[in-house]
Amino acid sequence: MGWIGESVDSIKSLQIRQVLTQAVSLGMIVTSALIIWKALMCVTGSESPVVVVLSGSMEPGFKRGDILFLHMSKEPIRAGEIVVFNIDGREIPIVHRVIKIDPLCFSHNQLTIAICSPVKSADQWFLQVHERKDTGEVDVLTKGDNNFGDDRLLYAQGQLWLQRHHIMGRAVGFLPYVGWVTIIMTEKPIIKYILIGALGLLVITSKD
Amino acid sequence: MHSFGYRANALLTFAVTILALMCAMASISDNLNHPTPTTQVQVLNINWLQKQLNGNDEFQYIICEFDLGQHDYEYISRLAVIVYMEYKAAAEYGTRKNSLNQISLWDGILPTKEHAKFWIHTSNKYRFIDQGTNLRGKEFNLTLHWHVMPKTGKMFADKIVMPGYRLPQEYR
Repeated sequence: MGWIGESVDSIKSLQIRQVLTQAVSLGMIVTSALIIWKALMCVTGSESPVVVVLSGSMEPGFKRGDILFLHMSKEPIRAGEIVVFNIDGREIPIVHRVIKIDPLCFSHNQLTIAICSPVKSADQWFLQVHERKDTGEVDVLTKGDNNFGDDRLLYAQGQLWLQRHHIMGRAVGFLPYVGWVTIIMTEKPIIKYILIGALGLLVITSKD
Repeated sequence: MHSFGYRANALLTFAVTILALMCAMASISDNLNHPTPTTQVQVLNINWLQKQLNGNDEFQYIICEFDLGQHDYEYISRLAVIVYMEYKAAAEYGTRKNSLNQISLWDGILPTKEHAKFWIHTSNKYRFIDQGTNLRGKEFNLTLHWHVMPKTGKMFADKIVMPGYRLPQEYR
């Protein structure tokens, strides 16, 4: 009788070990993915280093389903570059080309604000302009290559220019078609669940 | 023996690895290529300079002789070409670090290498409106900027600056 109990115990401990190993390896996968993502964020300086092109507004340069790698540096943005930007009130970032930059415009806007609001004195206005001077920032206007007009219709109500904080990064690298995986998974969630289920089954049923 | 799932997994991993390696090699090979394209852009004349109802100036330029002829980008899929003008902001803002304005006048996308040699006669594609009347008689550079979009990998850009143009003083 003793040896049966021993073997049962050994099987039990083996199973517990197996489950533990699987849990640890799953944790390793998740954490290494997280580490890679965060490291990419550090290296590129952009809060989302990889984006998927979702619309055809940049055709024939970028098609739907292409992947772009972003980089955010201190260098000022120049006309002709492709930038990814966020608009207040829109969830999905947009990838478009810069067609116009204007350091003057902001001061025009500042002037209008200063005149409109009686609280701000002229001194304050100058102070603000000086602050802007030191940062060397510019205002940016974008347009999709495939669109007819510029992006002012896409921007938030009354917004004429993009400022630095709207911009997530400029596109530096390009990988075609790979983004279709993401697009299919977000548009047809059933496929995502089937995939996750199948992988889970594989993990559970696999012996080694 | 190995199960079907195990083999399928190995095959998929191998295929993806090979694809990634090929993409990386294609991207690296782009760096070995040092193209020296010859280009030419000329401003033929100004079509008109008008005063808008709100007091802003609007310019219309004719750009001419546009030739990106002898470029040797071999492995590209597309080439985006942009012509923009650059000018320094007005004198009272001269102390600013970043007083450069850039306005895109014309752009186009060349789908293949063969399309890169062309000659067009065109006016500015986008409306060119001054906020006020600061720009009359101002000097500017024309910049031909091209952005290479490779089939995969790192994108790169280059430009040629042509200085010495001047905006007109008078309405016409």
